[in-house]
Amino acid sequence: MRLALLTDLHANRRALEACLAHARAAGADRCVFLGDYVGYGPEPQDVVELVMEEVSRGALAVAGNHDQAVSELSETMTTDAEIAMAWTRGQLGPASREFLGSLPMRFEDGPRLYVHASPQTYPPWIYVNDAPAAKRALEASRAQTVFCGHTHLRALYGITATGQLVSFQPVPSVPVPLPRHRRWLSVIGAVGQSRDGDPAAAYAILDTDRSEITHHRVPYDVDAEALAILQAGLPPSLAERLLKGR
Amino acid sequence: MPQPLISTGATLDGYVIGERIHRGGMASIWAVTHPEIEGPLLMKVPVMSEGVDPAAIVGFEMEQMILPRLSGPHVPRFISQGDFGVQPYLVMERVPGPSLLPTLTSLPLSWQAVATLGRKIAVALDDIHRQHVVHLDVKPSNLLTRPTGEIVLIDFGLSHHDELPDLMGEEFRLPYGTAPYMAPEQVLGLRLDPRSDQFALGVLMYFFLTGIRPFGDPQRLSGLKRRIWRDPVPPRKLVPDCPPWLQEVILRCLEVHPAWRFPTAAHLAMALLHPDQVKLTARSEKLQQDSFTKVLRRRFADHQLSIPKHKAPIRHDGDAPILAVAIDLAPEAAPIAETLRTMVSRMLTTLPGARVACLNVLKQGRITLDQTLDDQGRNIHHQRLVELRNWAIPLDLEEGRISFHVLQSTDPASAILQYVNANQVDHLVIGARASSLRRSLLGSVSSQVAAQAPCTVTVARSRRLRKADFKEVTVEDSSGTWTVG
Repeated sequence: MRLALLTDLHANRRALEACLAHARAAGADRCVFLGDYVGYGPEPQDVVELVMEEVSRGALAVAGNHDQAVSELSETMTTDAEIAMAWTRGQLGPASREFLGSLPMRFEDGPRLYVHASPQTYPPWIYVNDAPAAKRALEASRAQTVFCGHTHLRALYGITATGQLVSFQPVPSVPVPLPRHRRWLSVIGAVGQSRDGDPAAAYAILDTDRSEITHHRVPYDVDAEALAILQAGLPPSLAERLLKGR
Repeated sequence: MPQPLISTGATLDGYVIGERIHRGGMASIWAVTHPEIEGPLLMKVPVMSEGVDPAAIVGFEMEQMILPRLSGPHVPRFISQGDFGVQPYLVMERVPGPSLLPTLTSLPLSWQAVATLGRKIAVALDDIHRQHVVHLDVKPSNLLTRPTGEIVLIDFGLSHHDELPDLMGEEFRLPYGTAPYMAPEQVLGLRLDPRSDQFALGVLMYFFLTGIRPFGDPQRLSGLKRRIWRDPVPPRKLVPDCPPWLQEVILRCLEVHPAWRFPTAAHLAMALLHPDQVKLTARSEKLQQDSFTKVLRRRFADHQLSIPKHKAPIRHDGDAPILAVAIDLAPEAAPIAETLRTMVSRMLTTLPGARVACLNVLKQGRITLDQTLDDQGRNIHHQRLVELRNWAIPLDLEEGRISFHVLQSTDPASAILQYVNANQVDHLVIGARASSLRRSLLGSVSSQVAAQAPCTVTVARSRRLRKADFKEVTVEDSSGTWTVG
């Protein structure tokens, strides 16, 4: 089976549509969403509806910190994120709010664990952005492979036969084998707000039969999306960072 | 571990297991066959028992990742692999040829034999480097020779693939490699530079030429590090008939800093194929090791080899390509020759590592006997070389970055193609004949070359509007078609 792993959508409808189309063309059988459907972007209602539609067709979805912040006031957000979140709350209909409120924090799918940030439970939402963080994250879970997002930057960590932690930045479009007898932590890049200097959307496809993961970059109309941010009256810095992919 | 599934006569996943060919500390190798797969095969099985260095398992897993991604004549063809959940193994083609290990009993070899062998190995290395792999364990026992002559690299257990996680990368307890052949940067733990393989090849060529290993066979890290500051005895001191150019090539491979070696294995192969074009430096003249004070200064002061903390991926080709330019020296082709030169000169500004080979084809008649002397008794071949050099003067390239070749053939297109294939050319720049009449009568060399070359080909034309370009174009067909003059 081929799973499309999508995370950090951030109310970016154009990026999400581009990734879903790409995943369908690449033969993905099922979507797995790793959280942060809203926040920053101009189309929270559209994006949540698209995700709900996928879930009704068998997709899996877990909650992210921005999704949680819709109903619970968050203590750790930047000013821009805070402003965008206040705006987002006014945009979401009751069904969308209920959907976001009902999402699980994690989902175990056989040997795979889907979670938005590190599987460590406290404090919540720990970034897995370097080898020591990856090691702690893997120690906090028994799953053979952990899939998460939150950092917006793709990465792969693994533990070798000698117990060493290996870090790697996957090359887009190149399949990387994840041998089943080792443990892996795979961080998926963001669909809706790139932060590695390339404004294209990011997601990954996991081939469960071959145990191989392929990260993809998908170009979409960033200019139109940035314009929509400005037209929605959201902070212009959010439009600017989308254009730069920073 | 489950009970041994592998023994002579047993069958595993359809493979009929034959005799055990090799039993090493890290893996065993069995001859196997499969009813649906042609040819003799090998099954490599890791040793997994108490007391085995677990790094051997890491190496086996690395090879399981890398081998399926490699192809071509310079690697054994990958067939399949077994999962660790049941029985890990790798099945590959059994290359029908010996390794270079038995050669060790007949050392030293002649310098000619060393140059030929060195070139074949360099071609094989260039092939895997282009496939993103640094071998990191180049030595006689890992080099096989196909009946067709190509060198095959085996054992990718210590290799690095720049598009895959490097499982060996964190094994810093010891540098992994083979002591006599390991490059200085590899001794210090750097695993991603393709030029490390060039160093190992330099050691091999030195050893095969002199019968002596340039850095011995040290067993401790301190002994391994000695090669960072102590230069080897120059080969010509040990083998007086070794030509200066070959010493130049070998000592350049053995440079401590990767940047001082050849930019790529393709450049090295080219040097070994064209000795007359090797730029001789002080290396070629050396007959003594460096003085005691010089070595001491290197050891304690300015010769510290540092490893970059952040391992930036290294481009295996791209910034140091081999560029070939096919130049028509006929007077009527002068405008196109100038266009070619402008084009090449612009390319070189963005490719500081590029090497340029200037080609001209001396066309020979099919019927007349070879006639290399013209009426004035002047050697045409030599005259063409002079003209090629003259063409290249404005490029202002230092010796060693440019070379000149006059190919003699009845068929210019195949002569150029042959050169491109034999020299791992990355990019060919060629001019198209100006006169369309001549082209339609004789066939276009440039289009034949462009269609068949294994590399990028740029065809240059000097743009001129001729009457014929306008005449036949009518309003209807100008929208959808191009008329190529």
